[in-house]
Amino acid sequence: MLSIGTTQFKLLEKLCNAMSVSGDEGEVRRIVLEEVKPYADEVKVDALGSVMVRKHGTGKKPLKVLIDAHMDEVGFMIVHDDDDGFYNFEAVGGIDPRHLVGKQVIVGKDYTVGVIGAKPIHLTTADERKHTINLDSMRIDLGPEGKAKVGDRATFATKFKHVGPSIMSKSIDDRIGVAILIELLKYAPKNIELCLSFSVQEEVGLRGATVAGYYFEPDLAIAVDSTPARDLPDYDGSENITYNTKLGFGPAIYVANSSTIDDPRLVRFLEETAISEKIPYQFRQPGGGGTNAGAIQRSRAGVPVVSVSVPHRYTHSPISVSRVDDWKNTLNLLYAALKRMTPDILKR
Amino acid sequence: MKQLLKTLTETFSPSGYEDEIRKVILNEVKSLADEVRVDALGNLIVRKKPIKGTKSPKKIMIAAHMDEIGLMVTHVDDNGFVRFTGIGGVYPRNLVGGHVRFANGVSGVIGLEPTSSPSDVPALNKMFVDVGATSKKNCPVKTGDVAGFERSFLDLGDRLVAKSMDDRIGCLVAIEALRALKSTPHDVYFVFTTQEEVGTHGAQTSAYGIDPDLGFSIDVTSWGDTPGQKDFEVALGKGPAIKIRDGGMLSDPRIVDWMIRTAEKAKIPYQREVLLGGTTDARAMQLVRGGVPVGCVSIPCRYVHTPAEMVDFNDVKNAVKLIGLMLKNSVSI
Repeated sequence: MLSIGTTQFKLLEKLCNAMSVSGDEGEVRRIVLEEVKPYADEVKVDALGSVMVRKHGTGKKPLKVLIDAHMDEVGFMIVHDDDDGFYNFEAVGGIDPRHLVGKQVIVGKDYTVGVIGAKPIHLTTADERKHTINLDSMRIDLGPEGKAKVGDRATFATKFKHVGPSIMSKSIDDRIGVAILIELLKYAPKNIELCLSFSVQEEVGLRGATVAGYYFEPDLAIAVDSTPARDLPDYDGSENITYNTKLGFGPAIYVANSSTIDDPRLVRFLEETAISEKIPYQFRQPGGGGTNAGAIQRSRAGVPVVSVSVPHRYTHSPISVSRVDDWKNTLNLLYAALKRMTPDILKR
Repeated sequence: MKQLLKTLTETFSPSGYEDEIRKVILNEVKSLADEVRVDALGNLIVRKKPIKGTKSPKKIMIAAHMDEIGLMVTHVDDNGFVRFTGIGGVYPRNLVGGHVRFANGVSGVIGLEPTSSPSDVPALNKMFVDVGATSKKNCPVKTGDVAGFERSFLDLGDRLVAKSMDDRIGCLVAIEALRALKSTPHDVYFVFTTQEEVGTHGAQTSAYGIDPDLGFSIDVTSWGDTPGQKDFEVALGKGPAIKIRDGGMLSDPRIVDWMIRTAEKAKIPYQREVLLGGTTDARAMQLVRGGVPVGCVSIPCRYVHTPAEMVDFNDVKNAVKLIGLMLKNSVSI
């Protein structure tokens, strides 16, 4: 069993606190490059900015396995200077405007601190308070000294926290996947050729993974991501039947989402691995959403894929919450799966 | 042919879970083909090589999808009721009173939460499968399990009814065209594709692998000849429909010409199809690599995506004849 210790926490903290809004993933890329270089046989930054890593296996033609995690996060882009330090902005990726008012953000390369505010309760009418404030009416307030430029990215200012059994951050989705991939590389088993894509632009349409799948042309692929948990009780006391996943129940293995039917052979293989290694696991409820697995599945002549996610609450908000145990169990499920992999798992 | 269609349509095979139908089709085609393989996404690729000595034969891909719509379990509740989501285009009103079977053989019926009026149809998330369980513990299925619809094949003479005519009828036409094709000047790839109903995924990846010069799909299309149907001229019994466009693709005019010329020459009845919504595997084939000229031979089908999809047997036989002639003779496009 691989463990989560000070090194892993420190790395995840560094990854989570970096700003890496889709299309501008340089900060996380630098951390990733530094971490993977001592362990990899090949490292390359591709044309879109994803980090491609290869660790050779032994044997004549070992199974080529691609593990993917995305480096980007949702955030904002400045689209207009509205004078006096106010800036109009657009969301990059899926953000619910209801999460935004009263939040601190950081803007641009020098992390200029700004605020997304709203009229205080003293000045609003009862009717106004019933309605959501839309993105067009919001501004990032940087103060009169503010020097943001159109095109600058911004993200939530929230800092990483480790509290008891939980971790909290703006970007668990998907720095936790990035951290897991780095750990897997350190302990890469020799029975496979391990390919890793730390991909860009997932949140805006799986773009980095689309070309990563083409580049590696793997025998199979696993997308490691983080998925919402809505595991709170229903308000009327009835059974919650739409939780997606639950915190503390282990890695969430996908069976299907709106973009992909996960390969039944790989779903079964992961389940068998979890059972025999006594690692807790859960199936993510089939339904909407998508991961990089979808893009990789359809690259070239097709790739068998499956997704595995660490559950977190409060997706794409200033702060998501995950359990350390789910992180650890996801890492170990993947580690065990890689060690057990043979070409036989793709037999029909 | 009807017996084979009965077997094909009664086989379980929701998108992504095409193992059973692939076995059935493989069994039919292996003695007819020069080469058979299964690719990474489970597509069954069946090749008929050109007659020896043919100069630069055209690589032609013909896609018929093996998968069908179905259900997938999202949750088993405390009382053993099975909540589900759809695989592919599953419409709530077509589920009422339905009977399903899971991959592990468990059967169940679809129940509904009460609605405010008896004529209302609830959304999928207000429905459940009742497999006869009374608790989560004694329920024989779990989250992620897949179910297909159950309905016996019905032979009404000329008209044939089954749950997964979409697209087992295309599979049947492809198998019969292959059976009839003793020799060809083309390099022909019949592809029995996977995952069409969830986004033409199998056709996309198999077309990339084959890299055809041209191709077409064989699939069902909508119908315009029952009470209240409007603005669609295709009818059952008037011949296979040659697709000119659908919601996702404009057929290459040269492929359309090739189909029409062949039909007219042999006096095979056909219909011109202009479909506003929906699409087929041909869309995915058209857009792979540097692009492929494509079209589609459609089998008119009533009640698509219900458990009672109806086709006319004469349309089926004429589609086999049309495709057989297209592949037997040389083509220049």
